[in-house]
Amino acid sequence: MAYLDHAASTPMLPEVVDTVTAALRDSLAAAGNASSLHTAGRRARRVVEESREQLAAALGTRPSEVVFTASGTESDNLAVKGIWWARRAADPRRTRILASAVEHHAVLDAVEWLVSHEGATVEWLEVDHEGRVHPDVLREAIERDPSDVALVTVMWANNEVGTVQPVRQLSDVAHEHGIPLHSDAVQAVGQLHVHVATSGVDALTLTGHKFGGPLGVGALVLGRDVACVPLLHGGGQERDVRSGTLDTPAVAGLAVAAALAVERQPAHHARLSALRDDLVRRVRGAVPDAVLNGPDGVDRLPGNAHFSFPGCEGDSLLLLLDARGVEVSTGSACSAGVARPSHVLLAMGAKEDDARSSLRFSLGHTSTTADVDALVEALPAVVERARKAAWR
Amino acid sequence: MRLLAALSGGVDSAVAAALAVEAGHDVTAVHLALSEAPATLRTGSRGCCSKEDARDAARVADVLGIPFYVWDLADRFREDVVDDFVAEYAAGRTPNPCLRCNERIKFAAVLDRALALGFDAVVTGHHARLADGVLRRSVDDGKDQSYVLAVLTPEQLAGTVLPLGHLTKDEVRALAADRGMGVADKPDSHDICFIADGDTAGFLRDRLGAQPGPVVDALTGAVVGQHGGAYAYTVGQRRGLALTVPAPDGRPRYVLSVEPVSRTVTVGPGEALDTSVVRGDRPQWLDPRPLPLECDVQLRAHGAVHRCVVHEDAGGWRLELATPARGIAPGQAAVLYDGDRVLGSATLG
Repeated sequence: MAYLDHAASTPMLPEVVDTVTAALRDSLAAAGNASSLHTAGRRARRVVEESREQLAAALGTRPSEVVFTASGTESDNLAVKGIWWARRAADPRRTRILASAVEHHAVLDAVEWLVSHEGATVEWLEVDHEGRVHPDVLREAIERDPSDVALVTVMWANNEVGTVQPVRQLSDVAHEHGIPLHSDAVQAVGQLHVHVATSGVDALTLTGHKFGGPLGVGALVLGRDVACVPLLHGGGQERDVRSGTLDTPAVAGLAVAAALAVERQPAHHARLSALRDDLVRRVRGAVPDAVLNGPDGVDRLPGNAHFSFPGCEGDSLLLLLDARGVEVSTGSACSAGVARPSHVLLAMGAKEDDARSSLRFSLGHTSTTADVDALVEALPAVVERARKAAWR
Repeated sequence: MRLLAALSGGVDSAVAAALAVEAGHDVTAVHLALSEAPATLRTGSRGCCSKEDARDAARVADVLGIPFYVWDLADRFREDVVDDFVAEYAAGRTPNPCLRCNERIKFAAVLDRALALGFDAVVTGHHARLADGVLRRSVDDGKDQSYVLAVLTPEQLAGTVLPLGHLTKDEVRALAADRGMGVADKPDSHDICFIADGDTAGFLRDRLGAQPGPVVDALTGAVVGQHGGAYAYTVGQRRGLALTVPAPDGRPRYVLSVEPVSRTVTVGPGEALDTSVVRGDRPQWLDPRPLPLECDVQLRAHGAVHRCVVHEDAGGWRLELATPARGIAPGQAAVLYDGDRVLGSATLG
């Protein structure tokens, strides 16, 4: 099996498995509810708070700014909807959302929901042919009327084509007008240097299973001064912004994973970049007309390669590679599993056929040259067959 | 064999795929996404295009331990089946969309792609028997679908596996239950999957708009009512005619013909619907026989079987029926049978 879909989910680090299982076996911490006042509760709370400190230290933020959630999707929804509601409550003119056209569906659909249910308006910030939002584009959109902008949301790095956004410059532009900026950094943590304080972002989404942590646990880093209306009401466990009893072992695993991923990030970046560059070179050798999408060089996630294979359908390629033990993705699948042309590629100016003919190969901490070998070996015959199987 | 199983999310295709796996074939499953805006949850009578069906299909594939993919055929389904359905009604004919879907989607686009991807055949849950290129009725008369498969070419049938023809529907459900499949007791799908509420006239009215015209009595020539759109009427229909003038003989009136250009719906007594000679256009043989030929013919899905003699007629067929058929609707298929064996088909003119 060659697993080339780490951007969808990457295996838990062995140290994280140890942390989670140890926490599950710790009869006191596992029994306790971190909100309880007795010994078991205190034990659980201590695990949670130490995890919060560990995560904050790894990401260059303060413990009080870490809000644990159950997923990246929850964090994105909380940031987009919560900050929008709070900003509009403070000034009813603020209804406009500025979002990049290449956001993940967790942001995209949260924005669309505010538009269709809450009277928000949205301006999709255009990207260049490599998927990048230029600060001038943001500046122009804000300056059309700075008083009506509720928030800006631009991802740290794109999940499909790996483009790294100029987050620092974008947050500077937003802050000139006192507008908060949220960034979905789900793909970035562990692959890139993510330091919240120096990035300038006001809110940042992360999730465990993209950097060796457990599934089902994430966080929203939310600046102390950023008002945010909760999505989930109840016990108010997380700064009154998020309610729900925390999954203590998962939170502990998330923090350990973040600490390890950040500590190893420079070496990981170097190793993955080299492996990815080898993959790109060899895919081009195997299929000469394959087209690399996204940035060719720097400003790209080190584990990401994304190609269009002219004349092929992405879902045919996926099926044929899967049958040969090579696991890849066509990008981001919707809930019904229907392959739609990627909104990211369309926003980058790709034609619909090229958008349908694409595959994402994403590498992670368990990837080896053998995985690339398996892909490159299977690819020529797979592409040839997929061309014959193209619709019409 | 390497087989591609089309899983609708219903019990028939689930059991067909299970039987293929158990027969030792290498099976991969696909669910065809046909609706552009699939309903999230089932409402009223169900269609075969909901997200819930996609989920049920995926669950079946998981139980069988086979790969599962969704193929998006919504554009093609709209063009080849839904738009065709509306256009045929607008032209005064009565199309059968299941037949068209089999002809253009399931056993054309999907089969072509499957073969190109290296599969040997497509396996479906249709109730009909197929062996050595011979298509026969299902052993379950009530569920037999040989009529909607008769439009396939011999080449298409050569790439098709139908594991359910020897089973009754009850047996299929029992096999699904034995295998722990949640779809074992799922209700049968509605006849027209893309009209989930079953209101065909409303569906057509939404797409074609109001096109009022006269309802004329065939015997007297008098206008006996007004209608909102001739497309809502099918030859042989009795209900919903909204006649304002009672028939002179006091007997029920039926739709005798639909003329889309003048928007005239002609009604008359039931016996005026009786036809002893019908024409079949674009004939196609699965099991070629010399003409003239005496055989059985079925003129609509789940319709009665008539004895007939088939004659060559200007590139088509002229079918002389031994017993008159009532309410033959242009656009449906005439399917010839020798006993339970399908011989060929043509479109009723």
